[in-house]
Amino acid sequence: MESSDLQRRYIDFTSTLFREGFLDSQYTQLQQLQDESNPEFVTEVVTLFFQDSEKLQDDLTRTLDQEVVDFKKVAAHVHQLKGSSASIGAQRVKNVCMAFRICCEEMNREGCLGCLQQARQEYFLVKSKLETVFRLEQQIVAGGGSIPTMW
Amino acid sequence: MSSPRGPKACGGGAADRQIHVLAVDDSSVDRAVIARLLRSSKYRVTTVDSGKKALELLGLEPNVNMIITDYWMPEMTGYELLKIVKESSALREIPVVIMSSENVPNRINRCLEEGAEDFLLKPVRPSDVARLCNRMR
Repeated sequence: MESSDLQRRYIDFTSTLFREGFLDSQYTQLQQLQDESNPEFVTEVVTLFFQDSEKLQDDLTRTLDQEVVDFKKVAAHVHQLKGSSASIGAQRVKNVCMAFRICCEEMNREGCLGCLQQARQEYFLVKSKLETVFRLEQQIVAGGGSIPTMW
Repeated sequence: MSSPRGPKACGGGAADRQIHVLAVDDSSVDRAVIARLLRSSKYRVTTVDSGKKALELLGLEPNVNMIITDYWMPEMTGYELLKIVKESSALREIPVVIMSSENVPNRINRCLEEGAEDFLLKPVRPSDVARLCNRMR
């Protein structure tokens, strides 16, 4: 595929992610921190987010599965997930966590389970989209082109 | 001796007196972000994932120029770490900055009253780091 076609695809794809609320300006902040001396910064941080989030989702599943649910523990995990999603600009995941927090405060197990399912969905969506972004970036660079800056 | 620089260009200083910031956060994502932010201002950065590890490091290396810590951590909160630092004769001169993802006025006031230098809301931005440069020891 032509370099300019790839770049156009990249621009369209990432613009849509911002427009549809998958990513917010914090993601742009991370991109701005990437430079020649830190060329992999964004993928490194996002990879940490993937690892962290998957572990937290497992922890949440386990905690909500107990006979007697420790809602403080659930809230602590949700707080962490909210924090890391906010830190990379994964807006939709962050927003689900805000609702999740309320279910914890209300000690509403069913509500929490619903939020967990939603968080999982949003997480897998943003994960797949970010993987596409990284793939497009790799293809552009492999083709000798430069990644368009989106700001 | 600082080189002539504009107000925005606070830097980490020359290699022999490079400013050393200790960043404390239990989140691996946030550690990576704060480290990058601080290093882009040329500070030397050490990251640890708990208050306990921070104190261990400070025991070995008390000449840190600033501690920047998350508020909400398991086992020891940033507030508890702040208190211990301010109660220690060896460490009390080190400026401590607290970070939190939550804007809770009581919390902010308590930290400032306990001697925190500043309180940053997460996600931390380059402009937040820029404003810390005058607060380094």
